[in-house]
Amino acid sequence: MSLFTDPRWGEALSHLPDYLGNHVRVSLAALALGLIVSLPLAIVTRNRPAPRAILLALASIVQTVPGLALLALFYPLLLAAASVTFAWLGVSFSAFGFLPAMLALALYSMLPVLRNGITGLNGIDPALIEAAKGVGMTARQSLVMVELPLALPVMMAGIRTAAVWVIGTATLSTPIGQTSLGNYIFAGLQTQNWVFVLFGCLASALLALAVDQLLGLIESGLRQRHRLRTTLGAAGIAALVAATLVPTIGRSSSGYVVGAKTFAEQYVLSALLRDRLQAAGLSATARSGLGSSVIFGALKAGDIDLYVDYSGTLWANQLHRTDIKPRAELVADLKTALAKDNITLLGELGFENAYALVMPKKRADALGIHTIADLAAHTSTMSIAGDYEFFSRPEWAALQKAYGLQFSAQRQMQPDFMYAAAASGEVDVIAGYTSDGLIAKYDLVALDDPKQAIPPYDAILLLAPKRAGDERLKAALSPLLGKIDITTMREANLRASGNDANSSPDAVAKWLWEKVSRP
Amino acid sequence: MPSRPMIGYTHVTKSFGPLRAVDALSLDIAEGEFLAIVGRSGSGKTTLLRLANRLIEADGGSITVEGEDVRNIDPVALRRRIGYVFQSGGLFPHLSVADNIGITPKLLGAPAAEIAARVDELIELVQLERAAHRDRLPEALSGGQRQRVGVARALAARPRIVLMDEPFGALDPLTRDALGEDFRELHRRLGLTTVMITHDMTEAILLADRIAVMRSGKLLAQGTPAELSDSSDAYVLELLRTPRRQVERLNALLPQGGAA
Repeated sequence: MSLFTDPRWGEALSHLPDYLGNHVRVSLAALALGLIVSLPLAIVTRNRPAPRAILLALASIVQTVPGLALLALFYPLLLAAASVTFAWLGVSFSAFGFLPAMLALALYSMLPVLRNGITGLNGIDPALIEAAKGVGMTARQSLVMVELPLALPVMMAGIRTAAVWVIGTATLSTPIGQTSLGNYIFAGLQTQNWVFVLFGCLASALLALAVDQLLGLIESGLRQRHRLRTTLGAAGIAALVAATLVPTIGRSSSGYVVGAKTFAEQYVLSALLRDRLQAAGLSATARSGLGSSVIFGALKAGDIDLYVDYSGTLWANQLHRTDIKPRAELVADLKTALAKDNITLLGELGFENAYALVMPKKRADALGIHTIADLAAHTSTMSIAGDYEFFSRPEWAALQKAYGLQFSAQRQMQPDFMYAAAASGEVDVIAGYTSDGLIAKYDLVALDDPKQAIPPYDAILLLAPKRAGDERLKAALSPLLGKIDITTMREANLRASGNDANSSPDAVAKWLWEKVSRP
Repeated sequence: MPSRPMIGYTHVTKSFGPLRAVDALSLDIAEGEFLAIVGRSGSGKTTLLRLANRLIEADGGSITVEGEDVRNIDPVALRRRIGYVFQSGGLFPHLSVADNIGITPKLLGAPAAEIAARVDELIELVQLERAAHRDRLPEALSGGQRQRVGVARALAARPRIVLMDEPFGALDPLTRDALGEDFRELHRRLGLTTVMITHDMTEAILLADRIAVMRSGKLLAQGTPAELSDSSDAYVLELLRTPRRQVERLNALLPQGGAA
């Protein structure tokens, strides 16, 4: 199948109105907010060197924070702010999605707007400001009638830079729940769907390019006092905004929102859950690519209605427990604990997605390694790789303590690349996931954990507090409970890791449902 | 002094740091007078001019405009009733000729139709062409045309006083001569009181009723060109030498009463 006839282009295209509309909306709001804050600051500080220097330094510092981190920081910040306003004023707001993304992006847009605003205002010929005074203008009239119009081309250049930055950085707002063109990129990276990655990159690059060219037209029109060019540029921007926003207006945001974290299994499961709800006549959408620290809070706050988490994860991260219990007991305790927050633990799906130490089967056999205890003697000359959170999780500390593991090096890796790295010998051992299909694909082996240092990780279905009494929802989901065994999930994950049309989360979810529903 | 002066400087002092730009200077300008202030750059001419409409505030002494102490007049209101022609025009590059000329009436809140009529009148008064120049931006005009717009702008709100800071200095001699003559005529017709700064004694002699010579912030001499030529001050005589020599050379080079 050629790249151009791949049906995933069609699938990508079908998401475009939603992703592009949301991308433009959050970018536009962020730019507007950035302008509203930055322009007055530029005006006020134009003749005050000390505050100006402080302001520019602050804006520069913001710029050095990586976009992904800045966006991620705003989520807990707003969560805290929301709980304060709720405690004091009795009103709360959603710290999820649009608001944190807009605020972070607005902050990001401030530097170029501020810098060019100040440069533009300070670059005006002093003789003209003197002339403005001389003909009888007040300071305000001089600002409005002379200084701002003369600084406008330089300011416009700053706005143009800010717009391109914001559009580019907005692709990183997917993990905090803001739908954007980044959804293609995150989903594509996680499920090795390069068509999606390519599509997302192209779409956001084209959007940034179009906006840059149109704003450039306005800028050159202002610079050369060419009214037609300015008008054309402005009309182009207006048309672009209208064309991207109108399809999203009036789209009902009601219905169930299924959350998913940022890895392939989650994409597949959220698609499966969404399909089940739709099959039961309920309107549902999947909101995928959410950061694992964001998703539980989003469920608690009701920003998403349901998702699949893993018992051991919540045990450690939400209940802060370090003791380990057998599978069923741990789920039962968790259910009781979550019920206090009105979160419903509907049940287990059947399989476990636990951390496991994984290495090439041939090498393990050659060294006579079958369990982690066998591995311990070799670790001083071995390197280990794990995902971004593994080495700071309690499981890792527990493993090290239980078996006395002392690896010569440890590295963090994108989970989907880890298995290939282990297979190629780039690392010796990886902290993989038991449900991952790549273990079989790359001929790797998951080592036994005889001391049970790693807690159980049952996939469990969680419902938001507001859905606690929703019997239609529960009925729609119940056919899935206990039906997905580890072999099935591994195969599903293996399918999802392929790079063809059958590997899209939607296609794999359909396959999974057929498999599960077959008697 | 027969009547109160239109502009009166009494013992006026202004320093910029250690530099005394205007040093205890007193000078009266009578109604209808055309006064030229002559001096080298740095002599304090521009400072003296700007003190009159409070673009600069004096450190000491007092300044009156039409008999009123300028400190008692709101500076913005003061500037709106005094016309000011800037060195190289000072036109706003983003505004059309018409908008530049009409700016002060607009600031004073005149109705649009009235401003438009006044602008047309002024374009004619300073001998520009309405069709060709009215809606142009300043960058599309020649230096001389720009300065005509500058003069029109200064006259727009019908001021009784016009201050001019080296208005014709940057122009070629022909344009400069024509513009000077034309302004002199406007000064007479409109009954203006004009103070013009120039470093060119020839221009001062040709246009002004009276000349004030400044050096190092002080008034060195004042009077009609004839009175100045009787001065015993070496600097004043030095300033008068150039126009004299020009006259002699012109007389020698050009046939007398040439009809060409």
